[in-house]
Amino acid sequence: MRSAGLFPHIPSYLGTYGSLIQQQLTMALLSVLFGLIAALPIALLCVRYPKIYPAMVGLLTVIYSLPSIALFVLLVPSTGLTQTTVIIPLSVYSLAALVPNIVEGIRGIPEDVRLAAVAMGYTGARRLVAVDLPLAVPPIMAGLRVATVGNVSMVSVGTVIGVGAFGALFTAAAQLSRSDLAVTGIVVIVALALACDLLLVVAQRLLTPWNKRRSA
Amino acid sequence: MNVLSQAWGWLTTSANWSGSDGIPTRFLQHYEYSAEAVLIGALIAFPLGLLTGHVKRGGLLVTSLANVARALPTLGLVVLLVVVMGVKFRAVMIPLVALTVPPILLNTYEGVRNVDPQLTDAAKGMGLRPWQVLWRAEVPAALPLILTGFQFAAVNAVANTAIAAYSSFGGLGRFVIDGLATTDYGMVAGGAFLIVIAAILNLVIFAVLRKLLISPGLRQKKPTT
Amino acid sequence: MISFVQVGKTYPDGTVAVAATDLTADSGRITVLVGPSGSGKTTLLRMVNRMIEPTSGEILIDGVDVRSKSAPELRRGIGYVIQNAGLFPHRTVLANVMTVPRLLGWSKDKARERAMELLTTVGLEESHAKRYPFQLSGGQQQRVGVARALAADPPVLLMDEPFSAVDPVVRKDLQTELLRLQSELSKTILFVTHDIDEAIQLGDKVAVLNTGGVLEQFDTPTELLANPKNEFVESFLGLDRGVRRLSFFSSTGVPLRPEPVVARDAPAAEVLARRGAQPWLLVVDDGHKPLGWLTAEQVPADGDLTKVAVGELVSYGHTFGAATDSLRAALDSAILSPSSRAVGVAEDGRVVGVASVEELVPAIRAAQSASVPDTGHGDRGEPGDRVEPGDRNDREDRDDNPDTV
Repeated sequence: MRSAGLFPHIPSYLGTYGSLIQQQLTMALLSVLFGLIAALPIALLCVRYPKIYPAMVGLLTVIYSLPSIALFVLLVPSTGLTQTTVIIPLSVYSLAALVPNIVEGIRGIPEDVRLAAVAMGYTGARRLVAVDLPLAVPPIMAGLRVATVGNVSMVSVGTVIGVGAFGALFTAAAQLSRSDLAVTGIVVIVALALACDLLLVVAQRLLTPWNKRRSA
Repeated sequence: MNVLSQAWGWLTTSANWSGSDGIPTRFLQHYEYSAEAVLIGALIAFPLGLLTGHVKRGGLLVTSLANVARALPTLGLVVLLVVVMGVKFRAVMIPLVALTVPPILLNTYEGVRNVDPQLTDAAKGMGLRPWQVLWRAEVPAALPLILTGFQFAAVNAVANTAIAAYSSFGGLGRFVIDGLATTDYGMVAGGAFLIVIAAILNLVIFAVLRKLLISPGLRQKKPTT
Repeated sequence: MISFVQVGKTYPDGTVAVAATDLTADSGRITVLVGPSGSGKTTLLRMVNRMIEPTSGEILIDGVDVRSKSAPELRRGIGYVIQNAGLFPHRTVLANVMTVPRLLGWSKDKARERAMELLTTVGLEESHAKRYPFQLSGGQQQRVGVARALAADPPVLLMDEPFSAVDPVVRKDLQTELLRLQSELSKTILFVTHDIDEAIQLGDKVAVLNTGGVLEQFDTPTELLANPKNEFVESFLGLDRGVRRLSFFSSTGVPLRPEPVVARDAPAAEVLARRGAQPWLLVVDDGHKPLGWLTAEQVPADGDLTKVAVGELVSYGHTFGAATDSLRAALDSAILSPSSRAVGVAEDGRVVGVASVEELVPAIRAAQSASVPDTGHGDRGEPGDRVEPGDRNDREDRDDNPDTV
């Protein structure tokens, strides 16, 4: 804790910084993970059957435009005031952000590389894992970064149903008229989001060493 | 089922359709906030995107700016500004604008920057002035991407105007927040439903805009695999 | 006339793109700048319309320094064609062609009328006018590019590798078309290419540039082929420059003998008489068009040629226009035929006569000693016999390294 001004004592009923950070990241990153797991088969389906892709993009855009606050509240009767209620909509947003990137990423693989892979005898799943997905890593990572940053920030909206991790600070700030709590919440959330983003950038460098000279 | 019938009951109660907190008023309010946020965001982000895209410099600035703006928690920003400034229009507008800037900025920058260099070369070579190259060649060619940026800005604005209601602002989010406070789930679900309608209407508006503004010459099918 | 006076371009990091160059592109002529990548040919061209500013020297168009006008104004008076045409994707073909006239303040009607007229000029149909660029083939797009450059009737045309992105067959068409247009319009054209064949075919004069923007030789194509000034030019021209030079000489000097030509339905006596005198007979149909060769031994003993199926005749390869084609076409015709004999035809396709490879030699000798071709542009309108598609592909492959032919 660098300064008491930026990290004030938070009301004990909200928990500690550590527990709030843990909750925030758990909900945000699990959502990204679930979104990615669900996005892969959908994207591959769109690559395999290009005709369904425009309709899929339309559907995803509609889903993406659904306000989180509305989804949280609508899910309460089914999943209660739990982290699950927050994770489900955020997973769906991640999915919506990831599918187009995966599809464009795989489509963007140069035709000659694809043909060479086929000519060498790669088939089906093997080609996907050995050639297609590694080459599609940059656009997929771009999608993951957008989803991650968005999710880390959006988890705080969960406070409207009482599960917002650092969002709780905002509720407290509004109730107690304490701007310091709001500032702290914002700073921590932005820092967490950017830290996750940085980790993803590093991960991308490690995953795609062949791209180094371009980004250098 | 229970919630749905409650929502239906709320939506069909005629008293909910009139007055200063009736559905039509809230709906218009919601759109007013959103539209204003997009407009202000565009005033900031569009020229900056055009400039950086045209000179093909400042990519790092643009992406960092967009990234930070995306990381800002809207709810927190609304609360902070209301605590500091009171319930004023600006207190809700600043967070919303922060959400509309990244997509407009990024897409305008990427769109203009990636216009086929042969096209700009030919335009320049024919004697178009820099301003004309931008408006007559680069912007029209980048328009599909630019409009997508505006669409996402509008999507963000419409979705997050709902959050603004958390701090006593109007718009459709009001029904969700108030319903939650009074445990009137019919009102919550009805409000959420209306927000979804607003979001879809927003997409329809952009589909129409695309049809009107984008030249058929740019609507070519991408080569499919 | 475009004059380069001691024009040079050195980048801030010290790279010399163009060494101090003097060059004059004559009015109404095609001047080709050819060289490997890094030879500054495009830089030279782009300095004319001030897309790039030289660091030394000056460029004059008809005696006027290009810097005397603002760059956009200057450019509106100069046609500019680039590799992939660079058409506005969001505008129709017609609107694309109308661009410069509209910039110059022409009325919409006048600009449209002019654009429609130009589409016809460059060989497009009226129905193309309403289409968008993506609906056209590469060759058609390039034609639109040329029409757009010509729209305001500029006296000067800059063409930067305009045909290098299209396939060899289309390229040949576009080259032919350019020469036809030029014969009508007489523009001052500066043309950049890395393809020496294209340079020789299109250029009234050809400037061969070397890496670092050094002008190695500036001459007419025939002079270039006959007397390359140094090893670089010689290797850039390739190994068959002697043969290619024959393209610039008319085949009118070739002795065409009618004796070996015999109609399929000719009387037996005539056939038999000719068989005695000729090792090869060229059988023609009743329209006097060639059918194929026949060796003396293959002629039926009774002299009835109708007994020989057309399919059994030996292929005659291709013919050459006796009055119109070049010496190279005649030689090629002779070499390609198993009979080693060239078949010369009149414009209506009737056989004029035949000549063996040996009989072509005196005409070739005469061409070798002549420094100036006797027919000026000769058969420039028909590049087909000059450049074979296969030949072209070789050229494309060696794009980056001209020395490894």
